[in-house]
Amino acid sequence: MTLLITVFAAVAATAVWYQKNDKGLMLGVLCWMFWGASLMWLVDAVFEYIELRAAYFTPEIGDMVNDAFLGLAVVALALVIWVVVLLIRDPKGVVRARLKRQ
Amino acid sequence: MACFLVPGTEAIMITGAALLLRKYEQNKARLNLGKGAAVEDGKKTGFSRKLFWLAGLLWGGVILLAFEHLWHGEVQPFFPFLTAAAEGAGAVSEMLHEMATVGVCMAILVTAVWGVMVAVSYAIEKRAVPETAEAAA
Repeated sequence: MTLLITVFAAVAATAVWYQKNDKGLMLGVLCWMFWGASLMWLVDAVFEYIELRAAYFTPEIGDMVNDAFLGLAVVALALVIWVVVLLIRDPKGVVRARLKRQ
Repeated sequence: MACFLVPGTEAIMITGAALLLRKYEQNKARLNLGKGAAVEDGKKTGFSRKLFWLAGLLWGGVILLAFEHLWHGEVQPFFPFLTAAAEGAGAVSEMLHEMATVGVCMAILVTAVWGVMVAVSYAIEKRAVPETAEAAA
């Protein structure tokens, strides 16, 4: 479930990055994070599949809910990291302009 | 257990290499400019930039996986940081086995995907060069 949610987030981030084509939004940071994590969790999933075989595809409801909750938490963490990097790097100078005005 | 430490180590090494290479490329470009060479047309991406792609993939994955390990209680924010390290030799050997199998495979897969990305980007750049030459003619 975590892998699935991260893959969906990676695809969505990449689609928005392509559509916006705006370096000022630093959407690349999000894409790298989600794709990197997706690839690593894919390896984790393959190893788990080798161990559990078909049982891998029929998880307990409790485990599934926990994994989904983890997936959402991971997406939230990645979004927070992206916003922090965006505000610190401030490629459009919005934060600097605001601070100067004050 | 601590599989993310393997791609994490690779991320540190790749970031260091990319920073050094970027410095070298900048110095080289400055020297070439001093000799009167033409400025690059900006169509080609420097290899240091491509190395930063790999660093981005690795760091992104490592940060999110570290959070997942924290979630599952395999990593703790205080000494000895890895839960297995406090659980005895059996847990440590299991952790090392996981690092050697899952961790190494993670690093290999991410690097392989990056390799494909670099190959595709070279192909796109190669295709772009004749197009610009035709347009100039």
